[in-house]
Amino acid sequence: MVKAEGVRKSFGHVEVLRGIDLEVAPREVMCVIGPSGSGKSTFLRCINHLEKINAGRLWVDGQLVGYRQKGDVLHELRDREVSAQRRDIGMVFQRFNLFPHMTALENVIEAPTRVKGLKRQDARARGSELLERVGLGDRVHNYPNQLSGGQQQRVAIARALAMEPKLMLFDEPTSALDPELVGEVLDVMRALAADGMTMVVVTHEMGFAREVGDTLVFMDDGVVVEAGAPKAVLTDPQHPRTQAFLSKVL
Amino acid sequence: MAREPMAGKPMATGTTQRPAPPQQIRAVPVRHPGRWVAAAVIAVLVAMFVHMLVTNPVFQWGFMVDNMFTPAVLRGARTTLIMTVLAMVLGVVLGIVVAVMRLSPNPVVSGAAWTYVWFFRAIPRIVLLFFCANLGALYGTYDLGVPFDQQLMGLLGLDGDLRFLGLNGNQIFAGFTAGLLGLVLSEAAYMAEIVRAGIQSVDPGQTEAAAALGMSRSTTMRRIVLPQAMRVIIPPTGNETIAMLKDTSLLIAVPVTSELNFQLRAIGSRTFQIIPLAVASILWYVALSSLLMVGQHFLEKRFSRGFGSQETRVQRAAREADAVGSTH
Repeated sequence: MVKAEGVRKSFGHVEVLRGIDLEVAPREVMCVIGPSGSGKSTFLRCINHLEKINAGRLWVDGQLVGYRQKGDVLHELRDREVSAQRRDIGMVFQRFNLFPHMTALENVIEAPTRVKGLKRQDARARGSELLERVGLGDRVHNYPNQLSGGQQQRVAIARALAMEPKLMLFDEPTSALDPELVGEVLDVMRALAADGMTMVVVTHEMGFAREVGDTLVFMDDGVVVEAGAPKAVLTDPQHPRTQAFLSKVL
Repeated sequence: MAREPMAGKPMATGTTQRPAPPQQIRAVPVRHPGRWVAAAVIAVLVAMFVHMLVTNPVFQWGFMVDNMFTPAVLRGARTTLIMTVLAMVLGVVLGIVVAVMRLSPNPVVSGAAWTYVWFFRAIPRIVLLFFCANLGALYGTYDLGVPFDQQLMGLLGLDGDLRFLGLNGNQIFAGFTAGLLGLVLSEAAYMAEIVRAGIQSVDPGQTEAAAALGMSRSTTMRRIVLPQAMRVIIPPTGNETIAMLKDTSLLIAVPVTSELNFQLRAIGSRTFQIIPLAVASILWYVALSSLLMVGQHFLEKRFSRGFGSQETRVQRAAREADAVGSTH
């Protein structure tokens, strides 16, 4: 589903990603951990072209992200084509980024009606269904500032799912939440994984990574240091940097 | 309804269960003699002012009221309002265009927007209006067509031009149109800065979230960014509208003869009753400004949805339904 080959990204003189090689299979849940500044969020943002990569190649569902290759020459995709690629990739942000001037339901149906041209009536029915699924059936008419952090993040997940993505990206979805609200968001993500959604999750929730993840990737300083089955990596890390990181967080 | 028996019970149990309230504090309040003195001074000043209004014969109240609502003055008030609304609507539209250009990654486009704002903010409105009124002196006719057409045709070795529509300069740049042009050009410069501040006040995460959902740039601007920017844009725009209402009095420099200030001043100088008509002008502008402030209030309320803690109509209805249900 996702394939990265030698992906590099710099901001000015700072090289944040220094050659990432990864592959995510369909229906796989990949969790990415690592210290802050290790480039894990940047890598996630590269997958849906919120950041342009400087070197390497990145494919989602067999399609080159952000570019078209003609012979040896890469052509940048037009805005409209980039938008079309992003439609199939859902993203959930650390800070929720719900649209504050719209109710929960309006947040969910905005993209399906404006981007996919779904009829408002159908979108509303489907939107209510999705909000029901994340346990917010009684909150459809609330504005984001009337919802708790956990509820907002669940609306954000429903909003991403409304576009029927093939792939979901989670950028530290529980880091901005009060501890007692983390569980409700993880429950929704667990259910999503059980339904067979392909997911890439940047997280600090080791319990979730161990229980739900198929693969665990440890990133540090812009490279993948270690990757493997979550239990193996968490209990028996091979690389000294992984050992050092895990000894601090576990 | 089964209210009566319930109303007595909780009161009775409440008083028996609650601990006795501690003794109330009865302290001597701090006196503020300074405030009393200030209030007295203001009262005296107000009394003097009212006394002047009533006793000074120059005010000619009866004459003022008689001349304040003549058909010509009412038409003037209408022209002033129409001019205000048109100048603001066009100024806001042009201002949004300039603001979006200013945020363009292309340096030529954003530079042009910067230059526009710099230039038109630097010109006093009355000077700009006077210039616009005399654009007819620049060219006799204003033609619409292909730029540099005569040079182009010359290069191609052809005669003639590529112009489709000729307008008489003295006719179009007179009165209302000239005044409107001047006010719009000036207003757009101010609105561009207000709109830019509004757009930049919206969290970049909003644009990212919209992009991640596959929304195009223009849809994102229209549906996500501008509605949120409006919350920041509306209050200063209300001020601009009220300032615009007052600045229509500058149209006397064009002149626009049908406008309110011109009409009232004309009566004043015709009858040599300067003060009564000046007071009439003041009252008219105060009344019209107040009208606009009411409109501003409702606009601000509309665009603060999802901010602050007000509940929506749907939610209030739901809460009230709950409250009614629980009393049964």
